[in-house]
Amino acid sequence: MINRLKHWIGAALAAPVIWLAMLANVPLKAWQKATGTGGMAVFFLAPNMAIFAVFVLVPFVINFFYSATSGSAFFLADRNFVGTEQYARLLDCGNYLDPSSCREDLFWKAVSNTGLFVVVQVTALIVVSMITALILNREIAGRSFWRAVFFFPVLLSPVVVGLIWRWILQRQGLLNFILYEMGLDTHDWLIESSSAFTAAVAVSIWAHMGFYTLILLAGLQAIPRDLYEAAEMDGTPPSRVFWRITLPLLMPNLLVVVILALIRAVQIFDEVYVLTGGGPGTSTLYITQYIYEVGFASLLRNPGLAAAASILMGAVLVVLTLVQLQIGRRNERKGARE
Amino acid sequence: MKKAGTILTALAASLMATSAMAGEVRVMWYSDGVEGEVIQDLLNRFMKDNPDIKVTLDNVAYKVIQEQLPIQLEAGQGPDIARVTNIKELAKHWLDIRPLVADAKYWDDNFGNTMDWMRPDGSNAITGFMTQLTLTGGFANKTLFEQAGVAMPGEKATWDDWVKASAEVMKSQKTAAAFAIDRTGHRISGPNISYGANYIGADGKPAPVDVGVKEFVTKLVNWTKDGLMLKETWVSAAGSTYRAAADDFINAQIPFYYSGSWQIANLSTKIGDGFDWVATGSPCGTAGCSGLKGGAALVAIKYTKNAADVAKVMDYLSREDVVKEFSERTLFLPAHNGVVAKGGMNWSTKDKTVGPALDAFVKASAQTLPGADALPAWKWATAYYGALVTRISQVMAGEMPLDDAWARIDQDIADKVAQAK
Repeated sequence: MINRLKHWIGAALAAPVIWLAMLANVPLKAWQKATGTGGMAVFFLAPNMAIFAVFVLVPFVINFFYSATSGSAFFLADRNFVGTEQYARLLDCGNYLDPSSCREDLFWKAVSNTGLFVVVQVTALIVVSMITALILNREIAGRSFWRAVFFFPVLLSPVVVGLIWRWILQRQGLLNFILYEMGLDTHDWLIESSSAFTAAVAVSIWAHMGFYTLILLAGLQAIPRDLYEAAEMDGTPPSRVFWRITLPLLMPNLLVVVILALIRAVQIFDEVYVLTGGGPGTSTLYITQYIYEVGFASLLRNPGLAAAASILMGAVLVVLTLVQLQIGRRNERKGARE
Repeated sequence: MKKAGTILTALAASLMATSAMAGEVRVMWYSDGVEGEVIQDLLNRFMKDNPDIKVTLDNVAYKVIQEQLPIQLEAGQGPDIARVTNIKELAKHWLDIRPLVADAKYWDDNFGNTMDWMRPDGSNAITGFMTQLTLTGGFANKTLFEQAGVAMPGEKATWDDWVKASAEVMKSQKTAAAFAIDRTGHRISGPNISYGANYIGADGKPAPVDVGVKEFVTKLVNWTKDGLMLKETWVSAAGSTYRAAADDFINAQIPFYYSGSWQIANLSTKIGDGFDWVATGSPCGTAGCSGLKGGAALVAIKYTKNAADVAKVMDYLSREDVVKEFSERTLFLPAHNGVVAKGGMNWSTKDKTVGPALDAFVKASAQTLPGADALPAWKWATAYYGALVTRISQVMAGEMPLDDAWARIDQDIADKVAQAK
């Protein structure tokens, strides 16, 4: 009786799907007949490509046109065409290593800040994530709990992350309160350039390391145990095991982590914007905030200039992605040869 | 290409549409204090008398007014009415309700002296009215001064006098700093003008940074370097982001705070009987003791689909009795000539500090210099303020010397003027 009931419920639920499939069958057959098997790939990819076009390609093209215009008007038709003037303004520099010699000094300050941030943050993030993954891969008490603890900040909104740490680090924040209660000197963590930069790096690592740790942990768990057992039987020191077994076999995962972390670091904005507002001065002003400020927030708003800056930033991200693809392909070829 | 671009941008803009349909009026509103509740109450009464018009009050953060509304307006979108402070630069987006209001003469008579602040140069449009008149000025923590045994500087005291006295209080009471000024170019413009600054060139365009600006800004930077000005207020952000130091004054972290009359309700509500405070007017410079007039305006937006109803709402909110009640309940200085002339304001507060504070600002408003009075109706004021705050913050953070900052300020403003062509 129950089986028959299950059968009828299943049939009722499947009926609309079957009906739709039969309905789609006619045009699909005609399409396949006209275009061949390749045409079917186009058919199935079309919805995704349409979404990509509407939300990525079209805005990109509009942005590109914006970068060739000036003025504060919103509609392209109302804006003045200035060709490459915005790019020339951004690239007008006496010395590219000295932002103060550039016409758009804030842009170059943001570029230089972003470069430093990327180098320091990505290096530190990978080291910290690697150490955490190695520890969480061991048989420690409460391993699942610790994995959840390290992953938890990833679930938080960047604005929440920025606010939490601002409350901790501001002049009258939790950290200074604790230092004061312990009789130690307090410090203006977000007002001094060096400590604000350190805070921005540390907070972004805290917020994102869980994600990268998870990727590395997955890689560590995929390494065959017998390799470690053989090394142990040979009396290989742990450091040699790490450099000769763990690291080489973890390289594909590490590569993914490096590229994702690089791209994410170049795009850094939200949590640092909430934490420091780009200050003190412009010492934590990064390229995405520069684009946002110039395009939308500043009293000296210039959407054309912001669009040009975003195109240049996009070019950097394309280069990073191409490097990722190139290294990925080289590794695949190397793997195939071995 | 142009046509395709227009269609695409129009598509994007339509996604941001917020103006209301016929019979509905949307008001975008920000609050410094209790004015959101007061205006809602007043609008509820309007809707009771006009059941065919539904007025929706969208309470938003000031940042939305500053950053998102201009983008919506450039896209030909936005609410039907908005409360704004950047009233001159965006004037091309305001609706001329002169043909729609019940009595245009009433508007001219009662708001005529501030109408140029919110309409394009040379126009006689009625675009809205000031919900409040403001004046920049100082506040002193009387209790801290008394505890420190330091006499508060008198009426004609200079900036140097105030900073010196506040520094003594700071040392005695171990406050975070002697004083703070809000992080905005607007707030330091009164002091700049008190030191003889003139922003407006002979051709009406921005003049290069002059000795008046240089004198006060140099002092401000040095005070910051010496730990007397609360550094974090100015260096804790990049660009022209607004930062108020009101919370530091409310928490008794600074004995002297330079902001403006709109803070009175905020201070009264949050300080309560925590300590005694007084409004001091603007300290003097070499040219005078000027604050800067300004305020928030309620303007009709050109892109409304419901202009007739918008005019009805504006007519109601600009009524003498409504303006008077709004001002009394919000503790704002009214901009309505009739209300001001009749006087007899019955301020809605039990706080004995508020009345004298409002009186102090009314008194100080007679001391503003002509250079300051011209700024609210000057279309380049916002660009000037933006350049000042951006570059001075960099100097305070030790990123550039003052001499470079002057050149950068002039360049930033020139870029903005060129961009507008």
